[in-house]
Amino acid sequence: MTLRVNDLKVYYQTLRGDVHALDGVTFDLADGEIMGLAGESGCGKTTLGKSLIRLDSRMRHVGGTIELDGKDVPIADDNAMVPLRYHEISLIPQYAMSALNPTRKIGRMVDELLRARGVRPADVADELRRRLELVGLDPDVLNRFPIELSGGMKQRVVMVISTLLDPSLLIADEVTSALDVSTQRAVAESMVEFRDRGYVKSMIFVTHDISLVYQMADTIMVMYAGHVVEKAPAGTVINEPRHPYTQMLIGALPEVGTTTVQGRLEGIPGTPPGLLDPPTGCRFKDRCPMAFSKCSEQPPLVEIEPGHWAACWKTG
Amino acid sequence: MTNVAGAPGAADKAGSAEPAGERKVSETLHFARRNPKLLIGLGIVLVFLLIGIIGPFFVDHDPNEYVGPKSQPPNGEYWFGTTTFGQDIWAQFVIGVRSTFLIGVFGGGVAFLIGTAVGFVAGYKGGIVDEILNMITNVVLVLPALVVLIVAIAYLDVRGLFVQGVFIGLTTWPWAARAVRSQALSLATRDYVDLARLSGRRTWRIITAEIAPNMSSYLVMSFILLFGGAVLTAAGLDFIGLGPSNGVSLGLMLESAVAWSALQLGMWWWFIPPGLGITVIVGSLYILNVGLDEVFNPKLREL
Amino acid sequence: MLELSHVHKVYRVGAFGGGRLRAVRDVSLTVEPGEVVSLIGESGSGKSTIGKMVLGLFRPSAGRITFEGTDITTIRGHAARKEYYRRVQGVFQDPFSCFNPIFKADRVFEMVRSSYFPRTSDAVWKDKVLDALATVRLDPGNVLGKYPHQLSGGQLQRLLIARALLLDIKLLVADEIISMLDASTRIDVLNLLADLKERGLGILFVTHDLSLGNYVSDKSVILRKGAIAEMGPTARVFDNPLHPYSRHLLSCVPQLHRTWAEVDAELEANPPEDVTLPTADDGESAPLIEAEENHFVGIDQG
Repeated sequence: MTLRVNDLKVYYQTLRGDVHALDGVTFDLADGEIMGLAGESGCGKTTLGKSLIRLDSRMRHVGGTIELDGKDVPIADDNAMVPLRYHEISLIPQYAMSALNPTRKIGRMVDELLRARGVRPADVADELRRRLELVGLDPDVLNRFPIELSGGMKQRVVMVISTLLDPSLLIADEVTSALDVSTQRAVAESMVEFRDRGYVKSMIFVTHDISLVYQMADTIMVMYAGHVVEKAPAGTVINEPRHPYTQMLIGALPEVGTTTVQGRLEGIPGTPPGLLDPPTGCRFKDRCPMAFSKCSEQPPLVEIEPGHWAACWKTG
Repeated sequence: MTNVAGAPGAADKAGSAEPAGERKVSETLHFARRNPKLLIGLGIVLVFLLIGIIGPFFVDHDPNEYVGPKSQPPNGEYWFGTTTFGQDIWAQFVIGVRSTFLIGVFGGGVAFLIGTAVGFVAGYKGGIVDEILNMITNVVLVLPALVVLIVAIAYLDVRGLFVQGVFIGLTTWPWAARAVRSQALSLATRDYVDLARLSGRRTWRIITAEIAPNMSSYLVMSFILLFGGAVLTAAGLDFIGLGPSNGVSLGLMLESAVAWSALQLGMWWWFIPPGLGITVIVGSLYILNVGLDEVFNPKLREL
Repeated sequence: MLELSHVHKVYRVGAFGGGRLRAVRDVSLTVEPGEVVSLIGESGSGKSTIGKMVLGLFRPSAGRITFEGTDITTIRGHAARKEYYRRVQGVFQDPFSCFNPIFKADRVFEMVRSSYFPRTSDAVWKDKVLDALATVRLDPGNVLGKYPHQLSGGQLQRLLIARALLLDIKLLVADEIISMLDASTRIDVLNLLADLKERGLGILFVTHDLSLGNYVSDKSVILRKGAIAEMGPTARVFDNPLHPYSRHLLSCVPQLHRTWAEVDAELEANPPEDVTLPTADDGESAPLIEAEENHFVGIDQG
């Protein structure tokens, strides 16, 4: 088991109180697993990705544990996290592409980053070139400025850099969202390739696009309002989802080939609850057509069949 | 919008009943009250403003009149001492502070009006209008402003505070125009501006109602900087003898202190008050501005 | 109703405007009443530029855009432009940035009122607003008097559509209107477009997402680098893409029930027949060839 997250709670401190962004998140990530983490905006998926690597000044670790390769990950202790970052856990943040320093050549930026992490750039130079070629880039990109690269190229460069030290866990946050469909496919496929070659042991791929994770992930975890609602192999989540939220979410996605002529799809009425003062019980109950009295208690996340977890009283 | 950018649930639909306007104001106040730079800068500026407003009412004679004994160091009767001619330095100082604020408001105000008007029109209209205005801005920007001022003001017979303010305004607006232009340029492409166009709104209403309110903090800060700049420029002009004829200002005080060798005679009370006054007023304006920047800009807020 | 005829848009770029960027190249298309036309393309395809030109926010460099017989590029003066916007309106990508954050959300209605209905009485106006809100299926109690940040993206986007409906519009330009919305509310806005279409509105639906373009539209136009790659009835374009670029795009779209590998395998098993593509050597024109009835293919740009 690469990663084991148990009852993780991370809150955002705001002037008006704590925002319960992650409120008891539990899941395991197997060796070699690519997990797609899906959900609507504000469900806590980005917070989860960030929590595994660095809490920013407004985030507070309230409870729960994280284990990576059997060792505890001390996320609340910023200093103790330093040796883990980049070596063991690597994050490609949402806007990594645009965060590249425009005045530095790519190669120089990579060298600085490596030195900052206590690695001699010369030791990994060959590997760096090999991997750039693997994702279809000319190693010459190292002598170029970020502005000279297209979005897809930048995103691949960021991906190669983040995985250069073969971390156990790579968290990719919406890395393909800003890309065009054809580039999106290339980037997504290179990520799978990296896993296959063992450059990263396992991966969490955060996205709002379920049809994209279906293409590349082994498992999909769906979050809603700070809770995990369902986790299962990708095909199961798409074809036989059990949680009402997952079912409605997938039912609301138009596909190539669906038209209004064949009948209309339906959205989910209502909006997700605010997390400043979250409701008790199941957080989906106000929008759920199947809600009943028991839903005022929070349903536990249970394994309803091997590898398929769901948090709903109707499935348990 | 909110202080937790990116935090999930930040756009809390259920829990936020109070309007954004009020919330934004209260949030700004929250950070304003906790920002030492802002409080210190504002405090000092207000003290000087009070001196400039109230002080002159307690001066019952012309500040340039020879009222007392000559070359007196500060004492109970003449708080800041007297000049070589027996002029009351305290009286000169309080009236000088007043004219310093006036020149700041005049000069800064004129520069602000021209600069924002040019900036808004250039940024919003774009295209050829932008290019022409930009060219004018750049020409004025590279003019050696002080030299032009010296030449222009030297030719004027009557030199008053007002004329000085207008001249300062006419030469210092370009950078404000550039700053406003770049902001307006980015705001003009916002969707709500397009929407206002689709709603059949006229250009000036779009600028005043849609664009300007969204950069109000920016405008306030521009004005403060222009104000400080005008004070300094005026002090410089006064110091080289191009100040208002027969007027009193901190710069003129410095000029006469130097002209009558206060430095060599060790009459520190003659040159320290005006020198320190200008330095402290302008310095605290800049500190105030840094403070405001931190309050308005969430990225700079110290938590 | 709306007709674009050989429309070009060229931007001057770089220092001193020396460079030329051809954002839209020789585009001709029509939108009829009660028809949804999807403009589909990746970034840089010129799709949004076309939308903005139709809305009169940009001027075409060459070509004609006619709406009900008048060339809109000849519209001069504030009054005439205002009349045009009475019949043609737009909704944009980011609902949050369409609302001036310092004002209440329903100010967008007031702007329409003060410009177009200054003499309408309060009671009549209120009925009109409630009517428009009912059409977009919004509960007035939930949205009126609120600030933009208190509403969800889906609600804001529907408010904007309601705003457009206050005017007697014939054509709606919907520019990426759902790409910022969450999956669970996207489909409601799409369904709303289908409702409007049934009321006889012409809709120009600009999108980068092929599956969304497919869901509502009658006609699809696939753009590449400013020129039309393929245009035709939606069902034909998606079932039988003729242009290599359309085929490539369709093979890259992540689908919900078919993986990329499956799509590739299918393509391999039934390789599509090649069609003759038109050519344009001047770098400016972009002719179309009618490969089958009403189904056009455009030039190959590599």
